[in-house]
Amino acid sequence: MIASFRHVVGENPVTGFAFALFSLLVLAALVGPSQAPFDPLASDTMASLRPPNGLHWFGTDQLGRDIFSRCLVAARLDLGIAAASVALVFLVGGFAGLAAGFYGGWIDMAVGRVADTVMAFPLFVLAMGIVAALGNTVPNIVLATAIINFPLYVRVARAETVVRREAGFVDAARISGHRDMSVLLRQVMPNILPLMAVQMSLTMGYAILNAAGLSFIGLGVRPPMPEWGIMVAEGAGFIVSGEWWVALFPGAVLMVAVFCFNLLGDGLRDVLDPRRRT
Amino acid sequence: MTIPLLDVAELSRRFPAGRRSWLSRAPGPQVHAVSDVTITLGRGEALGLVGESGCGKSTLARLLSRLLDPSEGSIRFDGRELSFVPARHFAADPARRRIQLVFQDAGESINPRFTAWDAIADPLRTLLGLRGEDLAASVAEAAALCGLPEALLGRFPHQLSGGQRARVGIARAVGPRPDLMILDEPTAALDVSVQVTILKLLAELRARLGMSYVFVSHDLNVVRLLCDRVAVMYLGRIVETGPAEAVFRDPRHPYTRALIAAAPALDGIRRPVPLLPAEPRSPVDLSPSLCAFHGRCPDGVERCLQERPVLRRMEEGWEAACHFAGSKHGALPQTLPG
Ligand SMILES: Nc1ncnc2c1ncn2[C@@H]1O[C@H](COP(=O)(O)OP(=O)(O)OP(=O)(O)O)[C@@H](O)[C@H]1O
Ligand SMILES: [Mg+2]
Repeated sequence: MIASFRHVVGENPVTGFAFALFSLLVLAALVGPSQAPFDPLASDTMASLRPPNGLHWFGTDQLGRDIFSRCLVAARLDLGIAAASVALVFLVGGFAGLAAGFYGGWIDMAVGRVADTVMAFPLFVLAMGIVAALGNTVPNIVLATAIINFPLYVRVARAETVVRREAGFVDAARISGHRDMSVLLRQVMPNILPLMAVQMSLTMGYAILNAAGLSFIGLGVRPPMPEWGIMVAEGAGFIVSGEWWVALFPGAVLMVAVFCFNLLGDGLRDVLDPRRRT
Repeated sequence: MTIPLLDVAELSRRFPAGRRSWLSRAPGPQVHAVSDVTITLGRGEALGLVGESGCGKSTLARLLSRLLDPSEGSIRFDGRELSFVPARHFAADPARRRIQLVFQDAGESINPRFTAWDAIADPLRTLLGLRGEDLAASVAEAAALCGLPEALLGRFPHQLSGGQRARVGIARAVGPRPDLMILDEPTAALDVSVQVTILKLLAELRARLGMSYVFVSHDLNVVRLLCDRVAVMYLGRIVETGPAEAVFRDPRHPYTRALIAAAPALDGIRRPVPLLPAEPRSPVDLSPSLCAFHGRCPDGVERCLQERPVLRRMEEGWEAACHFAGSKHGALPQTLPG
């Protein structure tokens, strides 16, 4: 794994860049809240709306809070919501797709119907509706983000399973004495995991965007909690008056995070592909 | 009289062809992939199964290896009826260890995430319950039997040559020490030179371990060299079966004759005659009342369109399904197509 990682990174520097960025994001999520230079909630009206400077790298907002610290602290919440929703949909959607593809019949039909129902809605509107109906708490944002990604996971897992269900090595596994469950979990699943991992990385980006989007329109995390979407929403009002940094920096961080996970998806595919191992 | 190892009677498998409206109760069109196949195989015997592409060889191999459920018919293995055990549950059957299959495309049949060692170890673990040192010893033994150097065992299938992959596939099947090996064109994907070494290996293994083979091939010469008996299939049915040498020397069914005429001679002198002109009939909803070979048969007459010939005994252990077979080619012209 380590060796193939080196090999892939050596071959494709963009992947290396994405991994570096990813490590940085994870680090921010882990130690950000304890290492932030300023208290993200402490307002200082004397120092409101300062442009970026040596003390406040990203400037300060209308309440004089340090934007850099707020961006840093928000990493844990934003990435946490995205990671939790992706993990949830990976487990539920992935297994549903696996079972649908492997067994077919009524399981396939039932899973397909559920996925189609979700697909019938404009996805972001659906997420809004779920959060509006259930209340805008963090677990509900996680749930809503997971639900709108459900059809995608079902489709990828199902399609990959259908192909592999007919593969020679599945017959070989049966000849070798593996029962259905064992064929599914030990032969089919490990072979679709890399694709699912790629999918996870790609949807991580969308999940971040979705969670921030919900907060942006006031249906997600509530102020004054530092969160990238809220910060962009709050800063948007100041762009016309020339205080561009209030919205720009959280927006840029958001963009970098989404971009990073998309790049990572491609890199991951290479690392996890056994044909790339030497 | 001892019971044969494998005793297959009137085995058929049909597949639905195309989609059938779920509103109508009428059965839709069906592909008759295997029809009414009856064969027996003694211990240590090798039966060759030949026929052109699409005649149902693989389907029969999958039926016999219990990957596929028959539509009708009986499969008795060592005196026990197996067709009652659904293919889905056969993995847990005690006979699973005793019937193993070697696949046509060895590369495709090895999980791409398994090394050669993993692939060979897998059935030993599930079927024999071996672990740790016992497992390692058995894997090493199976690999050695199949001429696989230990150094290759850590490789993934894509890092092995075609011949090495074929050996891994054979080692995997041989590991559990089956009584019956079903080989579905095990060398079809290989270069000719590699084919020869793999065929030698297979002959050697059979002699050494006393296994019975059902050997699917479209290469008649291979069957002739490796098998005691041969069964010729045409559109899902066996049209001729008998001792390999005798059938090759004096084929009784016009289809067998055409196949033999089309095969390159072993001495390489006789030039192969191209295989039959025209395409075989469609296997969908074959009429039960005519000879399926009619239309391509050089001897076809009116009777062949009214009555399907059944397998008739030519000599001891030798049968052919042709109205004109056995009459020592009686009224038939001796000319072969081409
Ligand atoms: N799962 C299936 N569903 C529908 N039809 C099938 C299925 N499997 C096989 N058939 C049909 O059954 C017939 C026999 O196929 P089979 O694969 O057994 O032929 P074969 O003799 O092995 O040919 P080849 O030499 O090309 O491997 C073909 O007409 C094929 O289309
Ligand atoms: Mg075949």
